[in-house]
Amino acid sequence: MALCTGEESWVDSRTVYIGHKEPPPGTEAYIPQRFPDNRVVSSKLIIDTPTSPMTSGLPLFFVITVTAIKQGYEDWIRHKADNAVNQCPVHIIQHGKVVRKQSRKLRVGDVVQVKENEVFPCDLILLSTSKEDGTCFVTTASLDGESSHKTYYAVQDTKAFSTAEEVDTLHATIECEQPQPDLYKFVGRINIYLDRDEPIARPLGSENLLLRGATLKNTEYIHAVAIYTGMETKMALNYQSKSQKRSAVEKSMNAYLIVYLCILISKALINTVLKYVWQADANRDEPWYNQKTEIERQRHVIIRAFTDFLAFMVLFNYIIPVSMYVTVEMQKFLGSYFILWDDDMFDEEIGERPLVNTSDLNEELGQVEYVFTDKTGTLTENNMELRECCVNGHVYVPDAICNGQVLPGAAGMDMIDSSPGVEGKEREELFFRALCLCHTVQVKEEETVDSIKRGIHQGKSTSFYISSSPDEDSHMEILNREDEMERFELLEVLNFDSVRRRMSVVVRSSSGEFFLFCKGADSSIFPRVVSGKVEQVRARVEHNAVEGLRTLCVAYKKLSQEEYEEMCHLLNSAKLALQDRDKKLAEAYDVIEKDFILLGATAVEDRLQDKAADTIESLHKAGIKVWVLTGDKMETAAATCYASKLFHRNTQILELTTKRTEEQSLHDVLFDLSRTVLRQQGSMTRDTFSGLSGDFQDYGLIIDGATLSAVLKPTQEGSSSGGNYKEIFLEICRNCSAVLCCRMAPLQKAQIVKMIKASKEHPITLAIGDGANDVSMILEAHVGIGIMGKEGRQAARNSDYAITKFKHLKKMLLVHGHYYYIRISELVQYFFYKNVCFIFPQFLYQFFCGFSQQPLYDTAYLTLYNISFTSLPILLYSLMEQHINMDILKRDPSLYRDIAKNSLLTWPTFIYWTFLGVFDAVVFFFGAFFLFDNTTFTSNGQLMATNTQMMFGNWTFGTLVFTVLVFTVTLKLALDTHYWTWINHFVIWGSLLFYVIFSLLWGGIIWPFLNYQRMYYVFMQMLSSGPAWLSIILLVIVSLLPDVVKKVLCRALWPTTTEKIQNADKLYKGHLSEFTPLSSLHAPPLRKHDRPGNDSQIHTHRRSESSPTKKLMCTYWGGKPDYCTFSSFLRLGDNPRFSGAAFAYGAPGPETSV
Amino acid sequence: MMASSYNAKEEDGHHHPGSVGSGGPGGVKSKKPDNTAFKQQRLPAWQPILTAGTVLPAFFMIGLIFIPIGIGLFVTSNNIKEFEIDYTGVDMSSPCFNCSQNYSWNSTSSCSCSVPFTLDQAFESNVFMYYGLSNFYQNHRRYVKSRDDSQLNGDKSSLLNPSKECEPYRTSDKKQIAPCGAIANSLFNDTLELFYIHPNGSRFAINLVKTGIAWWTDKHVKFRNPAGGDGNLSIVFQDTSKPVNWRKPVYELDPNDPDNNGFINEDLIVWMRTAALPTFRKLYRIIQKKKDNMTPTLPPGDYILEVTYSILTINVTPDYPVRSFDGRKRVILSTISWMGGKNPFLGIAYITVGSVCFFLGVVLLFIHHKYGNRNNNADIPN
Repeated sequence: MALCTGEESWVDSRTVYIGHKEPPPGTEAYIPQRFPDNRVVSSKLIIDTPTSPMTSGLPLFFVITVTAIKQGYEDWIRHKADNAVNQCPVHIIQHGKVVRKQSRKLRVGDVVQVKENEVFPCDLILLSTSKEDGTCFVTTASLDGESSHKTYYAVQDTKAFSTAEEVDTLHATIECEQPQPDLYKFVGRINIYLDRDEPIARPLGSENLLLRGATLKNTEYIHAVAIYTGMETKMALNYQSKSQKRSAVEKSMNAYLIVYLCILISKALINTVLKYVWQADANRDEPWYNQKTEIERQRHVIIRAFTDFLAFMVLFNYIIPVSMYVTVEMQKFLGSYFILWDDDMFDEEIGERPLVNTSDLNEELGQVEYVFTDKTGTLTENNMELRECCVNGHVYVPDAICNGQVLPGAAGMDMIDSSPGVEGKEREELFFRALCLCHTVQVKEEETVDSIKRGIHQGKSTSFYISSSPDEDSHMEILNREDEMERFELLEVLNFDSVRRRMSVVVRSSSGEFFLFCKGADSSIFPRVVSGKVEQVRARVEHNAVEGLRTLCVAYKKLSQEEYEEMCHLLNSAKLALQDRDKKLAEAYDVIEKDFILLGATAVEDRLQDKAADTIESLHKAGIKVWVLTGDKMETAAATCYASKLFHRNTQILELTTKRTEEQSLHDVLFDLSRTVLRQQGSMTRDTFSGLSGDFQDYGLIIDGATLSAVLKPTQEGSSSGGNYKEIFLEICRNCSAVLCCRMAPLQKAQIVKMIKASKEHPITLAIGDGANDVSMILEAHVGIGIMGKEGRQAARNSDYAITKFKHLKKMLLVHGHYYYIRISELVQYFFYKNVCFIFPQFLYQFFCGFSQQPLYDTAYLTLYNISFTSLPILLYSLMEQHINMDILKRDPSLYRDIAKNSLLTWPTFIYWTFLGVFDAVVFFFGAFFLFDNTTFTSNGQLMATNTQMMFGNWTFGTLVFTVLVFTVTLKLALDTHYWTWINHFVIWGSLLFYVIFSLLWGGIIWPFLNYQRMYYVFMQMLSSGPAWLSIILLVIVSLLPDVVKKVLCRALWPTTTEKIQNADKLYKGHLSEFTPLSSLHAPPLRKHDRPGNDSQIHTHRRSESSPTKKLMCTYWGGKPDYCTFSSFLRLGDNPRFSGAAFAYGAPGPETSV
Repeated sequence: MMASSYNAKEEDGHHHPGSVGSGGPGGVKSKKPDNTAFKQQRLPAWQPILTAGTVLPAFFMIGLIFIPIGIGLFVTSNNIKEFEIDYTGVDMSSPCFNCSQNYSWNSTSSCSCSVPFTLDQAFESNVFMYYGLSNFYQNHRRYVKSRDDSQLNGDKSSLLNPSKECEPYRTSDKKQIAPCGAIANSLFNDTLELFYIHPNGSRFAINLVKTGIAWWTDKHVKFRNPAGGDGNLSIVFQDTSKPVNWRKPVYELDPNDPDNNGFINEDLIVWMRTAALPTFRKLYRIIQKKKDNMTPTLPPGDYILEVTYSILTINVTPDYPVRSFDGRKRVILSTISWMGGKNPFLGIAYITVGSVCFFLGVVLLFIHHKYGNRNNNADIPN
């Protein structure tokens, strides 16, 4: 009995009592388990406060409030959503009756009734359905985005319990694995206790498991038992794995913050020490005019020193720009709307605009160094069109194939080979039969859903095809038959998976013969073929693959009765296994699927997306390395790469494939390649390494999944040389402008991204894909972009940004990313700068006030400086700034290189800004100092009505410094602004005006609620003094001078590309973007790269021209009043979604649990 | 992370299974972004670039404007006449040495000294007389905050219950001090008088005006005597005590002039405006120009500064004590101009900045000439 063998390793399984009924005594001693209730908790109540703890007063309060409001709002939304789910009613069978319950009260073991179009409240095992055969249809659109209807099966022995009363009599237990996130893997067993004590054990698989979030379709009702509830459902487990991503800018921001924290502490420390040195003389510590209170005198010196230290910290704490975090948050949040609003990225066809799932990574879009892209659906349209089929070596193009038969009357030009003979005819029949039978396509009509067993279905014009693979849809129109009805009985389906890369069906024809039809990738079919015109087909397949078509081979074998029975036995025993079922199934499949007779091959074209090549070329010019990661075969993928200009004609292709490693050892191949690459690198100078220069040979690398896993495999102990395969591989990759990874499993995609991320330069990676198989790499990469494509929305949902077409990536990176990066880097630097300017005079003042922590500025100024006087101009700048026109950025991708590697936030620039801040602060302070010191800094009174002469005190001194500060800091930003819209004018001049008005008001009234009136008329008195005006103007100009000179000199002597373009743009008075061909701004060698690309462009054009004819054909068929639907096939290519997701989550299967 | 259900909702909004690519026309319209210039980031804008060419005129302009201003300021500043007398009495030879020494005094008597000085040039127009202190930390935090503005504003309740900030100068003899705090307590109280020695040896006292030396707003708004007492300040202040260092209570600061007595005494107001730096000068008196306009306010010749010290009760020295913290006391006589007092710094700074800008302008012109063309050429080597 299988039960006993696995006893010990079953700690990780759960036993579910259906209807909470104990099994008959004495059967098994189960450990009672507690399962959580069905409540979902995804809201969190932790407020994450910004970093600096040493902040006082309003700014901090402001920051915390804003953050709390934002977090609270998001949490509230989540909570509301949670509540809606938790409250929604479910129907539970209790004592033979249907009872309504709240969803959150659902417990493991409850038998649930779900009606049509209802969402499953938790993960359920299907017991019975309203249908006799125990099947139901489910759409998992909200789980993985697949809108197709999938069939799920009830447990065979329980499918008869179809009413509530009957279900209540069911007595069974379920054992299954503990919850794990893999949506497509489930292993369990149900023990059904019928009348006798001996239970019947049945295996449970993912075909029995209804997942929470999926919707019941086309089935009146079902009964199912809850096995995973609440946060244990597969859906909940999947969403938990998403982790927070942080941008490079944020990282440097935090690094700067640490520096400033150190500056703050050292400032406070220096001042404290100096204070006590200075105070050593009692007459300084406590002169006769300034005595301490008794309490102060009695305080211990250490306590005094510590409080002094803290007081200095409070005084200088403004150097930590707390409000920066709020501004950054707001900038990101508001800035992300520009992506949403962008007209160019709106897709008219689908009517979708881009999605911004997180605004935290806006600026990271400007920092991308590696783009990992999926091929199918991302680079290509994922819109399959049958290009040709090759039956037994004869090639037919679609015009010649009509309704499943080769039209004998077709013109010779359509028939590439001469008409086949009689034997060929037979093969043809079999070929199309195989295509018709070997599939998972279902035909859906208004009310009835027929399984394919019936073979032929009376279709109406309203019926459409539901397939889990878009490939299959494309063949529907072609594979129609109108003549006789043939009846086949479907016996077994050997489902598709990405490891085997093939699927098979076993059928019994009306004449009683058993057939096994198999279709799959050429590499998985050819080794298993024993006869058929292998050579011709292989040649044709390879030819098609080079053309960039997706190919599929079809084979069959006849089975005798005995063979069939043996096969059934093999399969059943594998299916029943609770442990290692997948492995055993794979073994069984391997035994069954062999000794095929090759029938032929098909080729399907997947056209390149609009402007995909242009986008890739732009990315290349922008210095971004583009890697294509695909599950497709090498030849097809390589052809796509050529078409999309990833590889140019003069690109030297380095192959690192199984084919090559079979001949040589991996070790030798790797070293060979690295030698080739490094020789090149040695011979060239640094400048040409940019990858753009013409004489530089660029390399393209092709690697396949198998070789990659060999490279990445941790080396065996003892072998010293093999230790750094990974390093050598990375070295090769670094020197290749384009890399193509084919035959990749989804997990490998993520592995590659991870490997590049972890390499020593720590480049910023971007992954873009459309299918569930890309989710792993989208989550892994720094920036994940999903394409809202045909393969559902799972990629879009897990991504950080989602766009509709690959071509939008260009604008996203080159324009939006560039702008966001420029904006936020200025924002960060400016914030630190303005706070240095703000606080450093205060630090200097301590040297002149006996280190007594006397603030230089009034409290109102201290509080409002960051909140209102200087906050809005920089926020607006960080939303509006465009240093270069959008069109130029788009036309000239090389500008992207100017900001690569976080170049605006490097330590030198940071130090420059800090020193600029210190310089300005010194100018402010000592400018005012020399005006006040040793002179009568007075207003002569002639401006005032009374003829008096007034003295200025310390508050006037502070106000003078502060006024210069506010003007300098704002004007500095004005000098940095390259894009002055009316909003910028309004905000910059407005905030200066606001400062003046505020100061007039603040000093103009005796404020009754204040217990001091130190600012009374200070500002007015200052303004009534001529020297004050003169010195304000002087100090502002002196403070701004060095930065202006530096900018002008750098621009004149060492201009960056950006600055050159700006100059040129200026010269052409802004018409550069419209009229001047930008190529004239560039070195000519680029031109020759274009040539192969142009060829393929023509190629593409030619292909697209042919498409209207095809459409006509389809309508012609569609117009047939009585057409018979067959089905189709093609589950290969690079979108093995089922297994894809399995790899993506990479969760341990049951075999790993002990 | 978003809640799963939240996602599911979103899904409903965006995705209709089975009808991919055929969202209703209404749906398409609502999702299409508005094509406004702001949303497309295409607002009309002025796009200035700082190049050598554009900043050149600005530099020359600054140079051309600043240098004359600077010269003007410098000349004006130099024309201002200023005379400074240090009467701290550090040296034995100094006439005020005796008064600054520690020895016992009869508390009723006062100490006075005469400092002779000679003016070489005549001081025209109004002459301002300042006292200057150095090393006196009026800007020490403990000192700056040791005052009660509402008390000084004539608030009755604050008068009898001054702010805690005034400690330890808040109460004395169980009475509240008015005005409280360290600033008021340390009011400068040397009496300075000026005499002109006529060539014939006779001594003329020079009329020193003691009003009009404080800010108008301070005198009339910020500082106010408490109401009541029918103008008799001694009644108003009867429940308060004088600051410990003062010899006389606040209502006797200027008994002859009710508008300059009590809290609105201008010497007090001037002192209460704490100086920014430890070395400072404060306006003491104004010597108004003669009515006839024929003779200068202070003709050249010999003068005597008569300093009368009041005794601070807690102190052993009779004068306003500064020597304990190495302070200095000065008297400054100065005329003023349109730009205030003597201030060479501003003029020099203007001249310097103007010249630097001019020089930079020349350098930039050179650079612009040499490199400008190269940069503006369309071919960009890269």
